[in-house]
Amino acid sequence: MPREAMEYDVVIVGAGPAGLSTAIKLKQLDSNLNVCILEKGSEVGAHILSGNVFETKALDELLSNWREEGAPVKTKVSKEKFLFLGKNKSLSWPTWLLPSVQKNHKNYIISLANFCRWLAEQAEKLGVEILPGFPASEILYNEDGSIRGVATLDMGLDKDGNKKESYQEGMELHAKVTVFAEGCRGHLGKQLVKKYKLDTGKNPQQYGIGFKEIWEVSDQQHQEGLVIHTAGWPLDNKTYGGSFVYHAGKKQIYIGYVIGLDYQNPYLSPFDEFQRFKTHKDIRKMLEGGKRIAFGARALIEGGLQSLPKMHMPGGLLIGCDAGTLNMPKIKGSHTAMKSGIIAAETIIENIKNKKDLAIYEEKFKKSWAYKELYTARNVKPSFGWGLILGIIYTGLDQILFRGRLPLTLNHKYADHEALKPANQMQKINYPKPDGKITFDKTSSVYLTGTNHTENQPVHLQLNDSSLPINYTLKKFNEPAQRYCPVGVYEVQNDKENQNPKFIINSQNCIHCKTCDIKEPSQNITWVVPEGGGGPRYGNM
Amino acid sequence: MSILVIAEHNNINLKTFSLNTINCASKIDLDIHVLIAGNKCENVCKEVSAIPLVKKVLHSDSTSYENYLAENLTPLVVKLAGKYTHIIAPANTFGKNFMPRVAALLDVSQISDIIKVNAPDNFVRPIYAGNAFATVKSTDKIKCITIRPTSFDPAPISGGSAPIEKVDATEAPNISKFIKREETKSERPELGTARVVISGGRGMQSSENFKLINAIADKLNAAVGASRAAVDAGYISNDHQVGQTGKVVVPDLYIAVGISGAIQHLAGMKESKIIVAINKDGEAPIFSIADYGLEADLFEALPQFLEELNKLNTIQK
Amino acid sequence: MKILVAVKRVIDYNVQIRVKEDGTDVQSDNVKMSTNPPDDNAVEEAVKLKEAGKAKEVVAITIGQEKAQETVRKALAVGADKGIHIKAEGYIEPLGVAKILKKVVEKEKPDIVFMGKQAIDDDCNQTGQMLSAMLGWPQGTFASKIEVKDKTIQVTREVDEGLETIEINLPAIVTCDLRLNEPRYASLPNIMKAKKKPIEQLIAKDLGVDISNRIQQLKVEEPPKRKGGIKVANVAELVNKLKNEAKVI
Repeated sequence: MPREAMEYDVVIVGAGPAGLSTAIKLKQLDSNLNVCILEKGSEVGAHILSGNVFETKALDELLSNWREEGAPVKTKVSKEKFLFLGKNKSLSWPTWLLPSVQKNHKNYIISLANFCRWLAEQAEKLGVEILPGFPASEILYNEDGSIRGVATLDMGLDKDGNKKESYQEGMELHAKVTVFAEGCRGHLGKQLVKKYKLDTGKNPQQYGIGFKEIWEVSDQQHQEGLVIHTAGWPLDNKTYGGSFVYHAGKKQIYIGYVIGLDYQNPYLSPFDEFQRFKTHKDIRKMLEGGKRIAFGARALIEGGLQSLPKMHMPGGLLIGCDAGTLNMPKIKGSHTAMKSGIIAAETIIENIKNKKDLAIYEEKFKKSWAYKELYTARNVKPSFGWGLILGIIYTGLDQILFRGRLPLTLNHKYADHEALKPANQMQKINYPKPDGKITFDKTSSVYLTGTNHTENQPVHLQLNDSSLPINYTLKKFNEPAQRYCPVGVYEVQNDKENQNPKFIINSQNCIHCKTCDIKEPSQNITWVVPEGGGGPRYGNM
Repeated sequence: MSILVIAEHNNINLKTFSLNTINCASKIDLDIHVLIAGNKCENVCKEVSAIPLVKKVLHSDSTSYENYLAENLTPLVVKLAGKYTHIIAPANTFGKNFMPRVAALLDVSQISDIIKVNAPDNFVRPIYAGNAFATVKSTDKIKCITIRPTSFDPAPISGGSAPIEKVDATEAPNISKFIKREETKSERPELGTARVVISGGRGMQSSENFKLINAIADKLNAAVGASRAAVDAGYISNDHQVGQTGKVVVPDLYIAVGISGAIQHLAGMKESKIIVAINKDGEAPIFSIADYGLEADLFEALPQFLEELNKLNTIQK
Repeated sequence: MKILVAVKRVIDYNVQIRVKEDGTDVQSDNVKMSTNPPDDNAVEEAVKLKEAGKAKEVVAITIGQEKAQETVRKALAVGADKGIHIKAEGYIEPLGVAKILKKVVEKEKPDIVFMGKQAIDDDCNQTGQMLSAMLGWPQGTFASKIEVKDKTIQVTREVDEGLETIEINLPAIVTCDLRLNEPRYASLPNIMKAKKKPIEQLIAKDLGVDISNRIQQLKVEEPPKRKGGIKVANVAELVNKLKNEAKVI
């Protein structure tokens, strides 16, 4: 029996900044359109995590009266620092020597999760249907190969796929245009890139894993509006990454770390690098005596223009970080994601009204400021392939002297999962034990995310070959999943005699960061959506 | 001030939580009266009369009180309430069932599940499943209170001789009727109400090995629990899991075996009175909250534990 | 037969509770809110009775700020017919809630009122019992199984000793345990339909009942952190300590 279906003009997958901007713009342009957004989180914002120093350019275009409408965009950046960290020292980089893309004096420190909640309210006022707790799990195609819409996941299956008492069949949502805005490494976006070969002629996509914690600190430690970025320790010269420390309102500090997933050492644990970073004397003094009140992690896109796939296909658009519009040197993606959404809306209107092909998206995007930003930024991340020092020197020349106009384009050579070296060629890293004050273990961290998945449902982290982790990945790479997963979903457990290792997947802990799907050296782990409402419940992230 | 404690019993014997309740009452005031409403419950009255903290026993006998139906018991308590400043019962399914009815008819706000008495009108009670403690002050003239029995020691049971006073039974409203009571069928007590809980974690290594836990559970009349890791690994079914939604246990004795102490698990058992941890990793987080920690291989320690228990001639049930 | 189901909006059970810095309450800004879990069981049971042909109408009611309506919408999406929202700001004690519900019961005249056995925020476990006392109705609390007959309901209750079965006259109050049933998921079309169903809105203050709070919350704090005890050398010492020092075996 066919599933029940609902018909819409536009269906959007994902209620993040890109998807919500698309919906708002669509309704502004034509209030009669039927627009619906599916969101896998239990509410809008539950799966949103970002630094975030926010540039209002796209918001000014979309909702120019955002100040009057009470947007949670309030804390202006007042001071900025860039620190080079050595193990025991730090060197402050003069701000006048910072590339202009890294200057933030007009920007705001925000919680992107709360900002999305506000955007969702604006969208609902305009008549957009937002459906949290309903993950799109499947792409539907027409006979001609174009996209017909998406289907939501069946709910109420047990771990073997049998129907439970609470079973509820998934539904089909059909649309004239389906917009995929799942964020970085969306599981449907990944299928689209493959099916429509959207990445032909592009560099392999590059990713990073980003962590964020929110701390409550004392008055003396807090300087509202202060923005600090660091590079260097604890990472070595070969590993791309750095930190952010944002002094937000309410005596809170948003502190985080981003590590490029092209790191080589399988013994590296991004989570522990972040924890260790906080013990640097210049960082510790801002946190000491304070309280960690939130934790989260999420993969982000770093490939930039060279890796940006084609963003249109028959019946569908791939936008925001689902495609990869983040501006890496700026360390910002919200404004470009929103802009890509605005352009998507304009494209869809012309498609529905004037029968224009969705391919006009490309042209519109190329004319936009978002594209110009990505173009000037394109060589920064690849230059760090030469190491931190050369990367910074190149970036200085490229971004300050030439403002990104150097007529050459550097390439990303490998995909992140190809970057790992065999464990026997690399050094083990001994991370210090967490002290429970400044540094923490993974278990107490995942507890802060409010993560849960309904018990007894099919495992949403699927192994293509279930013997591979032990027979190959463990032997060759010492199973790095134990370390790259920020919340300890993957474990290798030996028996009493320390023999017969078993690979264990604690999928209930998964915070939907997608790192495993990206970094697994054989691409053996596929992340699919779990039952709706599962995953983290981020508050003010 | 004077206090009315509503005793829980089975018409033959007093239930122990009533002793905790009487002790809690003594922290408010020493003028403690205990109401025993039941059917042919003279023996309970004798038991209560011997409790030194009790000043007076009120005995009301009627077939309608035999099964403590809240609808039948409430009018009696309300009738007596005017003479008291506090009415107290344990916060178990007995006290929780009728006390709000009493409070509603007296038009007062009940203070549920207190764990500490600061002053006659000032109490501490857990909220959000024990994730926060609230200090509250009641402004009502009569304070209807339920108390968490495990937060107060039981009152001594002998040496007193309180007078027993008969109280006329109230008329039963005849709107509810008792049919039957089935004691939990399982040999072992329920996880939520057991006095002793013994839990196994990932360290158990197989479902087969849980028989080591079961043997001790049988000996101690304990419920068997498990950590999420053990449940996820398929060693035991998930209704044994401690620390999941709503599965908070507060036994007198909690024994964690081969459990490292994931925070979800700790949240589910940290209110237990005495915590024992048996783990071979001396750095396991569970040791940071255990009253007694034994750093040992559980496969050696558990059989020894059973042997030592067998040597004891009495074990509290 | 008509059924009234009371639902409450609370902080989602997965959210880690955090006490506010100033110790006045727990932090509730921008945290995920949901229907109180056993209230979902209450709605499910009511809808089941309707599907079984035993009940004609299911009315869902909530009390609280504007957003509390979400809980009623959810009930409508899984099968409730009508919604009522009593608008009120701030915390209302169970006594006040029961008084408001009594007013609504007098107007709606249901045969059964269902609600969860306890709210997971204030953990009071009072409202159902208070309401039934005020109405002079019988109650079946901690229900894990119910059987509706002509003029009575047989309720199996989860009590400390095991299970207790009672029979109570209608009209009655039943408070539901998590074991009563497995709440269903709302389907998308039903969520859409629920968005369009009207919710009757009343203002708590206009109902003419005294809902003033009688209990002052002086302070909210984190539970004291448990400190580690001692390490024992062997099993014999452990058993000795448990027997003679802790006196728990």
